[in-house]
Amino acid sequence: MNDKELNTKEYAAKYIRNCIEGPINLLKGLTVTTKYMLNPKKIVTEQYPENKATLKMHERFRGNLEMVEDENGDNKCTACGMCERACPNASINVLPTKNIAGKKVLGKYIYHFGSCTQCGLCVEACPFGAIHFAQGFEFAAFNPEEFERVLNKKEGRG
Amino acid sequence: MSNLPPGFREPSVEGEFEEYYLNMGPQHPSTHGALRLVIRLTGETIIEVVPHLGYIHRGMEKQAENLGYTQYIMMSDRQDYLTAIQNNLGVCLALEKGAGIGVPERAEYIRVIMTELGRIASHLVFYACYGGDLGGQTVLLYGFKEREMIHDIFEEVTGQRLTTNFFRPGGSRMDVPDTFIPRVKAFLAHLEKTLPDYDRLLTKNIALVERSVGVGKLTKEQALAYGCSGPVARASGVNYDVRKNDPYSIYSSLDFNVPVMYNGDCYDRYLIRWQEMYESIKIIKQCIEKFPAGPYRSKEKPNFKLPAGSFYAASETAKGLYGTYVVSTGGANPYRIHTRSPSFSNVSAVNAMAKGEKISDLVTILASIDPVIPEIDR
Repeated sequence: MNDKELNTKEYAAKYIRNCIEGPINLLKGLTVTTKYMLNPKKIVTEQYPENKATLKMHERFRGNLEMVEDENGDNKCTACGMCERACPNASINVLPTKNIAGKKVLGKYIYHFGSCTQCGLCVEACPFGAIHFAQGFEFAAFNPEEFERVLNKKEGRG
Repeated sequence: MSNLPPGFREPSVEGEFEEYYLNMGPQHPSTHGALRLVIRLTGETIIEVVPHLGYIHRGMEKQAENLGYTQYIMMSDRQDYLTAIQNNLGVCLALEKGAGIGVPERAEYIRVIMTELGRIASHLVFYACYGGDLGGQTVLLYGFKEREMIHDIFEEVTGQRLTTNFFRPGGSRMDVPDTFIPRVKAFLAHLEKTLPDYDRLLTKNIALVERSVGVGKLTKEQALAYGCSGPVARASGVNYDVRKNDPYSIYSSLDFNVPVMYNGDCYDRYLIRWQEMYESIKIIKQCIEKFPAGPYRSKEKPNFKLPAGSFYAASETAKGLYGTYVVSTGGANPYRIHTRSPSFSNVSAVNAMAKGEKISDLVTILASIDPVIPEIDR
């Protein structure tokens, strides 16, 4: 539409030029695809479910939130609620309780995985290093209630 | 003309064919997301195009009023997911300006390397989608191959491939690992070998040239009037790049060119992104040479508040000018945050580009703008 009108001679010249140049340029492009066809080592596709055993995520990868626990299952959480305040979409509820000495400790650390965006602000906000991101990435579930998780196994020690 | 649907302005012309309307999208593969275009046609020729926005509007700017400043950086990831890391930088620049936070030298270099890698990744997606939209499905996967390598670097450094949430006012969230610089070097060496291959695959391809040369012309005046920025404006002859004209970070000390082209058609918008990729490689190479040691963040955990007032900072993402306007009343939350997103202005020019073209050219035009819909709707 925007092209200026061509007369018959110009149009024929353009047509013939395209007929010659077009296939040459197409063949030039085909050399690239042929190169990859003949070099299967250059293919980067991974066979995903088969390579699950060897697949390793990077150290900083943000998967699901987890509590850092020592060998006894104790955590470092003091129920200060910094992570709860840092979370932009209220995916964390820290419910404190009182231990026998009457001190405020962590009762339940509820993590709503369904609304979590894995932004990592909670881990950044935690002054004690009590939470970290695990490397998991397969989170499909049949039941949405599976996304409502309680992260701590034991009550905090304060 | 009151009998026309909302948005249409052109008076109807008596012609050979009857006028009719066609709805393209929101679920259409070549609208790059959920953009709805209502097209007014006579025969196959487009009279007018009206983009209908808001299909995936999430109210980010309203949400920002209830979030802290650091929490809003996470939201900027979800605007333009292809240039998430550059949006992070755009928000951080505005917050730094307001709070008066300085940035250490190493952090600036990290920022520039990461954003330029993001620019290459975004332009590779453009290359892939442009080829794919014009029928070359092979190109689609070639472009994504190199982009995947960039995202692998991002995942190692930031923890996520797309939603990086990496930069903070005063630097970045954490230091780059020791493997970062060798990895970027190895990637650049690989990219410089592969880019000529990809150039050969598509740039001179007759199907691409015939469908994009002279299609979707946008004059310089129109580009300025619609507020276009980035490659779309520069392909129409507007020599404006925030990195050059209003330098932020360390761009003023780096040596790079701003490619400008003057035809303003789809082919120029395609070529200009190729040149920008090479310029980005040039910038990253300079940064790697001078990459300094030192702190990566000015304060360990800055719990900052902005003083009352309004602050604006612009940055150049792969799509164009990304501006963040922050109004603060001195509290912990912003009073208002407005984002000037480049795709919004670029898509508004689609009517000027598509007027008088055939309907099949609309796909080319839309692909050449390279819009990202979550950024338009926010």
